[in-house]
Amino acid sequence: MSSRARSRFERLRLRLRLRRRRSRVLVGIDLAAVADVEESIGVHGGRYLSRVYTSRELRDCATSGGLPDAGRLAARFAAKEATMKVLRVGDEALPWQTIGVLSGPGGRPSLELTGAAGELARRRGIGSLDLSITHEGPFAAAIVVAALERP
Amino acid sequence: MTDDTRTVIRRVLREQARLPVDVDTLGDDADLFAAGMTSHASVNLMLALEDTFDIEFPDRMLTRGVFDSVSAIAGAVTELSGAPDGETPGAGGAA
Repeated sequence: MSSRARSRFERLRLRLRLRRRRSRVLVGIDLAAVADVEESIGVHGGRYLSRVYTSRELRDCATSGGLPDAGRLAARFAAKEATMKVLRVGDEALPWQTIGVLSGPGGRPSLELTGAAGELARRRGIGSLDLSITHEGPFAAAIVVAALERP
Repeated sequence: MTDDTRTVIRRVLREQARLPVDVDTLGDDADLFAAGMTSHASVNLMLALEDTFDIEFPDRMLTRGVFDSVSAIAGAVTELSGAPDGETPGAGGAA
């Protein structure tokens, strides 16, 4: 076999190997408008807050005056939606409160899935989740990475 | 469900869904998410439907499919209000 043919053969073999190896991670991303959250709080008030966010999220996202911080809540809404993407929700019933963002030491956020979301994560073979959130000016964003136990 | 129910649903959609197109240009079975409704707007839609029709969406109905078209919403409203076909459920209060 010529060196050129051997090189072509090696490239083909590598491509086939990459195709066979399925990804062991899933990534979800979402963007939320802070003004939308502000408006929902203004229009629907406590009903909006209690249907979407956990009590811990509401405590973590209260201003020093005790009012809801729309920017931080928007980041949590984006985290819920990004998580739904890695869970491949489809038409499953998934209350927003079953996906909660925990604020850890130093402000590092993590995800806590309960109820239907926790059950769906198990069925999807998700072993662990990592989260990054941000909010700046009019927007908040979140990225979730899920590591699969069984791809 | 009646035409009135669908008319009220379209009014709520116009106020809450923030669609980039006029809701009246969409058919009853048109996909509202494909038409531009965001997931956050669907929360507002759900809350406004609850106010308007005096109903509450239980956890089992918090699916994309329940809110993805005028027809799907009308079916859910009818189921939750317990109104038989031919009657308009709810008081139709302001959203």
